[in-house]
Amino acid sequence: MRKATWIRAIVLVAAIAALEIFCRVGIIPRITMIPPSTMVTSLFDLVRSGAITSDTLQTLTSVAIALGSAIAAGFVAGALLHALPRARRIVDPLLATYYSIPVFVFYPLFIAIFGLNAIPKTVIGFMYAVVAMVINTLNGLDRVPPVLWKTARVHHMGRVSTLADMVFPYAAAYLFTGVKLAVAYSFIGVIGSEFILSSGGIGYRISFAYYNFQNDVMYALILLVLTIVVTINMTLYYWERILMARRGER
Amino acid sequence: MSRSLVVAKGVTRIFEASGTGLDDVHALGPLDLELVEGEFFAVVGPSGCGKSTLLEVIGGLQEATAGEVRFDGTIVQGQVPEGVGIVFQEDASFPWLTVRNNIAFGLRHNRTPPAEIRRRVDDALVQTGLRSFADAYPAQLSGGMRQRVCIARTLVLQPHLILLDEPFGALDQQTRLLMGDEVLKLWRATGATIMLITHALDEAAMLSDRVGVMSARPGRFLEIITTGWPRNRDSQIVSAPEFGKITSRLWSLLREESIRAIGDRS
Repeated sequence: MRKATWIRAIVLVAAIAALEIFCRVGIIPRITMIPPSTMVTSLFDLVRSGAITSDTLQTLTSVAIALGSAIAAGFVAGALLHALPRARRIVDPLLATYYSIPVFVFYPLFIAIFGLNAIPKTVIGFMYAVVAMVINTLNGLDRVPPVLWKTARVHHMGRVSTLADMVFPYAAAYLFTGVKLAVAYSFIGVIGSEFILSSGGIGYRISFAYYNFQNDVMYALILLVLTIVVTINMTLYYWERILMARRGER
Repeated sequence: MSRSLVVAKGVTRIFEASGTGLDDVHALGPLDLELVEGEFFAVVGPSGCGKSTLLEVIGGLQEATAGEVRFDGTIVQGQVPEGVGIVFQEDASFPWLTVRNNIAFGLRHNRTPPAEIRRRVDDALVQTGLRSFADAYPAQLSGGMRQRVCIARTLVLQPHLILLDEPFGALDQQTRLLMGDEVLKLWRATGATIMLITHALDEAAMLSDRVGVMSARPGRFLEIITTGWPRNRDSQIVSAPEFGKITSRLWSLLREESIRAIGDRS
């Protein structure tokens, strides 16, 4: 293992150990936070009992739909904007300021339109994630050197083939940044919506546990969300590193 | 009698400046050129004279504003004709593919049978000295080796006409000479017609059967010099007395044009 990895591991373990000790000796009151080891055992119990299976599946399904749609729509929109410079110039200011808009303000409107079900929070998750994908698709396509577009013409490649076999593979390493952001944003959008108003899902269960002082359940579910998101992003991170290493970039 | 593979007549290229407030740029021509089948033809000229534009017009990457280009009797118009390969100055190797898959790319796109792909790629790896690096990625190779990958990727498609746009521009002098020897070997082995764009007068003089000297923008041919070298030449001819005469003649034609080109830009 490299030195940086060792240092990261040591810092993480030390932080968790410190938290464990502070919680156990009462420096951090139990009403505020439970020890990390209790979070783990509590999560294990919840998973084994099946008490959170339905909510977890509900949240992950909404995230998966929001994420998948955002990646697909974001890539297509980014590719179209790249091919249409005039449209891009019109849309650029909107893209630049998009994340200053608190998208959650639309949540009640979507509930009024679609009802209190999975659709509004999925749409919120999509709205958060899609623009990150558009921006990073544009960034990736901008990086494709002109000589590759010419090479595609030398090989008599059509538009679709050029995008699929040349542009997309070249830009893939940069598109990963968009995918990583889309993962994070789709989770934020879905779980955040569940906090506000929902009939189920991990966010709803965390919120319910918070209001009922069920710290063990609340922290166990927070740990679950952290574990899922970190696992997905670390997988993407290592995949991205492999792609970048092949290109001689760190 | 050798036939003309490429015939360019009255080729002119003007870049319109629409909407920018600048004047149109008359980059090239009108000029005429004939490339004889199987010859090695180089083009030299001052910076900005339209050499690369000429190559791209002949190759079908750009359309001439006036005049016409015929490749093997067919007019070249807006797309790269079958049988034409182009190697660019910039690195055009695909960083996400190994050397082997880079070379095989065009063959796979053309749906060449796998056994034939394997055979041609293996031959190209040997011809370009890349056999030991077949499973390496371009990021692991030097600049010269990456250019060899691009040359190999072009060669496997067995083009009749190979256009080289300053392929060794980013390499040091020694590597350029050695790469020149490699290109001559490949030229003899394939029998292709080659047109090379280069800034290096010694490179043009060493490699070519004929050298076209272009004027400053708008580029036109001032003179086309026949070198008279034997087909089995290599970089050792740089020590021949005739070599010095050819490069001297090239420079005497180019000197004034280069001064004019610099004056245009200042």
